[in-house]
Amino acid sequence: MIHRRPAWQRVGRGLGLLCFLVFALFPLYWMVLTSLKPTQELFSHNINYWPLNPSLQHYLGVLRRTSFPVYFRNSLLVAGITSLTVLVISIFGGYAIARFRFKGRQASLMILLATQMFPGVILVSPIFILFAKMHLLNTLVGLILIYVTLNIPFAVFLMRGYFESVPVEIEEAAHIDGCSRVAAIWRVLVPSLWPGLVATIVFVFTAAWSEMIFAIMFINSEGLKTVPVGLTMFVSKFNVDWGMMMAAATLALIPVAILFGFIQRYLVQGLTMGAVKG
Amino acid sequence: MHARSKSWTRKLTPYLMLSPSYAFIVTLMAVPVGMGILYSFQNYMFFDPFNRAFIGLDNFSRILGDRTFWTAVRNTVVWTVVSLALQFILGMTLALLLNAGPFPGKPLYQALVFLPWAVPGFLIGMTWKWMFNAELGVISDILMRLHLISQPVGILSNPSTALLGVIAANVWFGVPFFAITLLAGLQSIPYELYEAGTIDGASSTGLFYHVTLPLLKPTIIVSTLLRFIWIANFPDLIYIMTEGGPAGASQTLATYIFATGYKSLNIGYSAALSVVLFLGLLVFAAVYMGITRFGREGA
Repeated sequence: MIHRRPAWQRVGRGLGLLCFLVFALFPLYWMVLTSLKPTQELFSHNINYWPLNPSLQHYLGVLRRTSFPVYFRNSLLVAGITSLTVLVISIFGGYAIARFRFKGRQASLMILLATQMFPGVILVSPIFILFAKMHLLNTLVGLILIYVTLNIPFAVFLMRGYFESVPVEIEEAAHIDGCSRVAAIWRVLVPSLWPGLVATIVFVFTAAWSEMIFAIMFINSEGLKTVPVGLTMFVSKFNVDWGMMMAAATLALIPVAILFGFIQRYLVQGLTMGAVKG
Repeated sequence: MHARSKSWTRKLTPYLMLSPSYAFIVTLMAVPVGMGILYSFQNYMFFDPFNRAFIGLDNFSRILGDRTFWTAVRNTVVWTVVSLALQFILGMTLALLLNAGPFPGKPLYQALVFLPWAVPGFLIGMTWKWMFNAELGVISDILMRLHLISQPVGILSNPSTALLGVIAANVWFGVPFFAITLLAGLQSIPYELYEAGTIDGASSTGLFYHVTLPLLKPTIIVSTLLRFIWIANFPDLIYIMTEGGPAGASQTLATYIFATGYKSLNIGYSAALSVVLFLGLLVFAAVYMGITRFGREGA
């Protein structure tokens, strides 16, 4: 039953939606616009709202005069490995909590919730000291281990919700067909939970791609820096070159924006399946 | 015998499946948190390891007399509550607008309007810092064109507005998260309930208060609680935009902990501050769950 709303309501809704769109996109527009303005225009007090003399000088500067491509590769590697590892680990963890009644199940749920509560910064110095002993400082493996840990609790929580949304009968049918439990998870559950899994991967990828505090503290070598670290160094080195910075920022945004564009329709669907449940 | 071994494996399976998760959580969360709690009772400077010693509650009593700490507490409350309230109100509005039915180009619209959620914190910080630039920034320019101000203003360099500036960036970042979660919650409300309400003669405001809000309550409680904790613990944006300045005007506990640990390398004091923030959030979560009676129906 779709009833037509009065005209003023439709116009009001359209205006509201437009306001949100402008609010969401303006800072991103400004970032890209800045990256395309020639340097002297950036220091003019006459601010242009349109690229009058678009130039790629900042992009060439970033790609040729900085190690940005290396940072970019490191970040892709770290975020990619982190999100896949978290996915596999949290599928099993979430499945266990959703499908089994065992001693410690309730405690597990509380522990997962509690991990969200303490300040991430409390972990920095202790892990620094642990990693110094384990020779994991200044390595990408070390960063990946931290990012996996930071993302596991929320991912397990999401997965548990997804699995609970699938009726047990579907899985039992697979058991009768002779699938082992693990095979049933991979062949029956994972394909039908696709949107939720994609939402989880993107969530973790974005978190790992964005992480800054640990990356700043733990990575010193130029060749191992991730994008956030590379950019903060780059800022002080060039005494805040806004053009170059915004060009680098635009480049850093591309992978997450592409990923996000592909999956956004799964996002709401995926969250509807799982996260809503207490 | 066979049946027995089978029930044994069945009993062990959930633990085996959870063991990788716990391996990570124990080694890189539980152990470090334990170490952090120990450090909070120590005099522990990173570059002065020989004077390291247990000093009881000295760090904590120093915190009580630390004016920067109290400013940071006040700023943390303002930063968290104002950010969360604005994110929630705007996110709820957006979710309701989106849930009111289809319109042409809706998938593309959603992809664009949710995009800020995917933007890394350091990019948000840098972009807004540039937009807030006093002489060359666009926000100052817009305010001047609207004749709201006559001179360029440096919102982030002025102690009375710096906190508002970082909150603005945080609101921009957080609205999509709420919109997505609330939209997911709205879409799981059965349509028949609205139909029944309409037949009973309920107005759309009535439907909102008697159908939408009660059914959305669990989603609202969980997402506001988690988000509250995340915002309180989120130093990245502030660190990039103002480093807690000018003169501590935008220093929250999270940035203060980072500054004492990373810049002053006073690990003991930084750990004590973390413990205080953690306890504060724990108390808040308990009170919040108590007030909202969340969890009574069983998790």
